Amino acid sequence: MNGLEAVLLTIITASTPLLLAAVGELVTERSGVLNLGVEGMMIMGAVTGFAAAHTTGSAAVGVAAAIATGVAMALLFAFLTQTLAANQMATGLALTLFGIGLSGLIGQSFTGLPGVKLGAVYLPWLSDLPLVGPVLFAQDVLVYASVAITAAVAWMFKRTRSGLVIRAVGSNHHSAHALGYDVAGVRYRCIAFGGACAGLAGAYLSLVYTPQWIENMAAGRGWIALALVVFATWSPNRVAVGAYLFGTVWIMGLYAQAIGVAIAPQFLASLPYLVTIAALLAISGNRTLTKVNTPACIGQTFVPDR
Amino acid sequence: MRKLIVLAAVLALSLVTASAFGADPLKVGFIYVGPIGDHGWSYQHDQGRLAVEKALGKQVKTLYIEKVTEGPDTERAITRLAREGAGLIFTTSFGFMDPTIKVAKRFPKVMFEHATGFKRAKNVATYSSRFYEGRYVIGQIAARLSKTGVAGYIASFPIPEVVRGINAFMLGAQSINPDFKVKTVWVNSWFDPGKEADAAKVLIGQGADILSQHTDSTAPMQIAGEKGIQAFGQASDMIKFGPKTQLTSIIDDWRPYYVRRTKAVLEGTWKSTDTWGGMDTGMVGMAPYTNMPADVAAMAKATEEKIRSRKMHVFAGPIHKQDGSLAVAKGKHLDDGTLLGMNWYVKGIDDKLPK
Repeated sequence: MNGLEAVLLTIITASTPLLLAAVGELVTERSGVLNLGVEGMMIMGAVTGFAAAHTTGSAAVGVAAAIATGVAMALLFAFLTQTLAANQMATGLALTLFGIGLSGLIGQSFTGLPGVKLGAVYLPWLSDLPLVGPVLFAQDVLVYASVAITAAVAWMFKRTRSGLVIRAVGSNHHSAHALGYDVAGVRYRCIAFGGACAGLAGAYLSLVYTPQWIENMAAGRGWIALALVVFATWSPNRVAVGAYLFGTVWIMGLYAQAIGVAIAPQFLASLPYLVTIAALLAISGNRTLTKVNTPACIGQTFVPDR
Repeated sequence: MRKLIVLAAVLALSLVTASAFGADPLKVGFIYVGPIGDHGWSYQHDQGRLAVEKALGKQVKTLYIEKVTEGPDTERAITRLAREGAGLIFTTSFGFMDPTIKVAKRFPKVMFEHATGFKRAKNVATYSSRFYEGRYVIGQIAARLSKTGVAGYIASFPIPEVVRGINAFMLGAQSINPDFKVKTVWVNSWFDPGKEADAAKVLIGQGADILSQHTDSTAPMQIAGEKGIQAFGQASDMIKFGPKTQLTSIIDDWRPYYVRRTKAVLEGTWKSTDTWGGMDTGMVGMAPYTNMPADVAAMAKATEEKIRSRKMHVFAGPIHKQDGSLAVAKGKHLDDGTLLGMNWYVKGIDDKLPK
């Protein structure tokens, strides 16, 4: 394995969970709902993914379990905020705290057990190409899924009626309601989608990144994903750029240390945040564009007046 | 008025009886920096807590708070345990030092024990173990086994405890191969499996074929296993995570110390002391030497024995600093004060120490 290949592979692993979680949250937020529970859904996905994979011996079952758990956690959030009209910020924070606590409890009997690693895809001929092969054509399914989901979401918002409806619900829920759209229903589905993506991100952590269960292993990645969505001004393509930029700067910081570049590691560690924010602010400098994308109703509770 | 007097009398009586019969068990509190499920640093401290419960039974009741971040949260956590009536509190991370001293001032009747720090007070004792003794041994093993002559070192924060470990590792390695290289990556965290895994991959990509870590998760061990190289465990025996990967692990054994200090409080003989135990006290142990040829294991055992019997000192002179200046001359060894404040690298380390 040559140097560049190793660098690229490490960057992809570091960026994928961020991208997965961020693109899910993007859809949720576009429908006008702020779910601060990403970290909680992610860690729950990680623990159930690991538990299911370990019990059945199949990583695929683990991935399915992680998605299901993410959705279940998200539906809990949706029920509280959409049906019972609870405050979204408070509920989201509670979901994170709940997820971290519960995952620790569930994971207790799974700590220290060998994990099941989700295998890489092998494409004959393509995977054997030098450099391009291992980097682009021999990844695991979740890496491809993260790219496919991002592309699909971008296409949906741009080209489809459902995308338009979600944006309408997020921009002005009263008008959307008056036009006859089921605001709560649309939001339920978007929240569930966000949960599924967060669960997938969790599965990536416990089945690919470090195939084992370690308490609190999400270590704040859910929060980074949340920030990425805002700084990328709710654009799927920019979220992808942001996630990969973050991963790249982070890994390059580690390389700089290993090579022996004389920059304080504390500074290198904060660099991904600084560079990502600066870059995303620069590309989203266009005010009108930002305005178009920002869901005006984000975080607001909607109770239809009948 | 009469009611008040009766009440006061009852209260006074109950206080007297409580103290006379010593009915309440001593509450012993523990503050951990990581989750007890880290299978590393915090896990070992919790083993110490369980040993206290086992040894002293009904005389004690233990409380703990895990995953306490180093910073403003620390003070809150320690205060909480003190308010809950803990008579003895162990704060088990270097970064808990100043908060411990601060809270100790407010609760003069509570005894505090701070791990790995250097600030003491009338009711604050410090304790640590000489992990660096184990690091010297693993440095020797690394130099014997490495084919590339490069070891990767995943470090947490540039504090004396960690710097000392890197230096001891390097001195051990140099005693076998004077040209040995150590590549260091600082992850600025005690516990972040993802970051530790990334650092491990980066180091392997840079030619390291043996990994050592001064962080608490088992992730580096696993990455090493995936890439088919060897690694050393940290704080506890991590063999489960790398049956074919782990060479050995430096084990912190806090059990005897925790039991002894808790007994001292129960007996009223507790004093603020400074304990720094090494292999000779059993505070530092080595996991079985695995995945290596018999002659390397024999060498490691011999070195371990020499350190244990105090026939050799890990930081025995001559030792040169990175800039070439002499730190200690031949025939002498670095004193504990210098070791505790160590903020320089030994000669041969390429990394620049972050300040």
